[in-house]
Amino acid sequence: MATIASSETDQATAKSGRSFRVPLGLVSYLQATPLFLILGFFFLLPIAMIGVVSFWDYDFAGLYPAFLTTNYTDTLGSWVTWKTYLNTLKFTVIVWGLTLFIGFWVAYFLAFHIRRTSTQMILFLVCTVPFMTSNIIRMISWIPVLGRNGLVNSTLIELGLIPKPIEWLLYSDFAVVLAMVHLYTLFMVTPIFNTLMRIDRSLFEAARDAGASGWQVLWNVVIPLAKPGMAIGSIFVVTLVMADFSTVQVMSGGQSASIALMMKNQMSLLQYPAAAANAVVLLVVVLLMVAAILRIVDIRKEL
Amino acid sequence: MNHEKRSLEFYVLAIFFTIFVLFLYGPLSAIVILSFQGPDGGLTFPLNGVSLHWFANLFEKQAVGDFGASFQRSLILGIMVMIVTVVVSLLAGLAFRRRFRGSTFLFYATVASLVVPSIIISLGIGVVFQQGGLAPAWYSSAFGAHLTWTLPFGVLIMFAVFNRFSPAYEEAARDLGATSWQTFRHVVLPMIAPSLIGVGLFGFTLSYDEFARTLMTSGTYNTLPLEIYGMTTNVTTPVLYALGTVTTLFSFTIILLALAIMTMLGRRQAKKS
Repeated sequence: MATIASSETDQATAKSGRSFRVPLGLVSYLQATPLFLILGFFFLLPIAMIGVVSFWDYDFAGLYPAFLTTNYTDTLGSWVTWKTYLNTLKFTVIVWGLTLFIGFWVAYFLAFHIRRTSTQMILFLVCTVPFMTSNIIRMISWIPVLGRNGLVNSTLIELGLIPKPIEWLLYSDFAVVLAMVHLYTLFMVTPIFNTLMRIDRSLFEAARDAGASGWQVLWNVVIPLAKPGMAIGSIFVVTLVMADFSTVQVMSGGQSASIALMMKNQMSLLQYPAAAANAVVLLVVVLLMVAAILRIVDIRKEL
Repeated sequence: MNHEKRSLEFYVLAIFFTIFVLFLYGPLSAIVILSFQGPDGGLTFPLNGVSLHWFANLFEKQAVGDFGASFQRSLILGIMVMIVTVVVSLLAGLAFRRRFRGSTFLFYATVASLVVPSIIISLGIGVVFQQGGLAPAWYSSAFGAHLTWTLPFGVLIMFAVFNRFSPAYEEAARDLGATSWQTFRHVVLPMIAPSLIGVGLFGFTLSYDEFARTLMTSGTYNTLPLEIYGMTTNVTTPVLYALGTVTTLFSFTIILLALAIMTMLGRRQAKKS
């Protein structure tokens, strides 16, 4: 803790020229060291290791250091991989569009239509709390609602709207998208809410005085200023959906596929180098997507 | 503006918001209700009597694997992750107040840790442990895997907090003759305390519910989310819902507790100034 303490005064120390204290630059390094060590060992090293292992040879008994490109040619040469990527991208685009739409209007309502700060905070918490509970439980909770004898089907039958249960409600792509929207919308709401709260309200009056209609204010003032929040939310949602295997597995009942699910199956067969090659390709795709979104916003400035 | 009449836009959005909240809580309340299903009841409505049968079932080992032990592991792991996340994020937040060589690299490494797919980190750590001849376990490899998920949140929150933190308070304290430790302990720490509780809450809940990163790193013994994930495929009784109700209730308690502490700290701070 002594290092923190000295950091608070070393500016003054440096000025007065008494330099027997820990120098300024060193303090920052000491404070950053734990983060660097943890990320180094549990993040950077494993990623580098995946890169290395993706060129290795393997059989049922173990991994053998080598320099083979077959793991990549097998992955990229298979039409299953391409189909799976297409399927994952399909989920990403649909979920991204839905969460952006829902997230924006929920944030907009909270930011501009709730007048009391305390009400605003309570409603925001109401939206936040479910996101701090287990993802799997929240997935499972759709089963009694969407199942063949679930709430939706039995209600519709009782009302005489449908003769027999709708089959595609659960264990389908529809269920996957619904569950993902359910799981990930908050990642849109929070950053957008944040940027909306920082908009200077007098801009609206200025726009109105200048003769702008409600839609024009929304389109030309609110949305451009909310873009950074939308970008941060998009990064969360896109990376989460691209990496998802559990929602796809549970909600599609094994009938749909995603890249991460494919990797998980390879891992359970101990085909680590194949999974690693897949991981490298997925990583490159995800990072390219993030880089594309980051062209819109400088996150370091937005925090 | 405050006395303006509510517009049509307000009512439309209020309905939209209400539907969103129902969408969030509806399914959750369905499993809470169904966990009180009678002993002969199934996985769907209607309720076949009301009982605590499935909650009792939860504590019989043959019904749901070893629920008690996996809960204990997840709890201890969550607390470990929480403590390390708070301390390391605070230190890193202080470090980032100044630019230092490599600060940009460290910042982007932190963000990348949030963005890289969980399953890739899980695979990577699994392979590192395997090749290093180390046995993966929930308290070593899974602990590290959780930190790569909670630390970015913690660091980004502290980064945001210190971005808005005026150095004037510290300068004033120093002018009044406070030592650097006193300045930190009596000026900086009380002001950022609610945020630190928030970071702790994030650290605990994210770890307690995490399973994509735990998948390849937990070793022999499962954490609670892994146990539940396994159950989704082979348990076909409402005991699954009972487990869901219990863990969700536990999460709610933790969240409320953290919020209560945050409000209390905030009030005390307001009173002082």
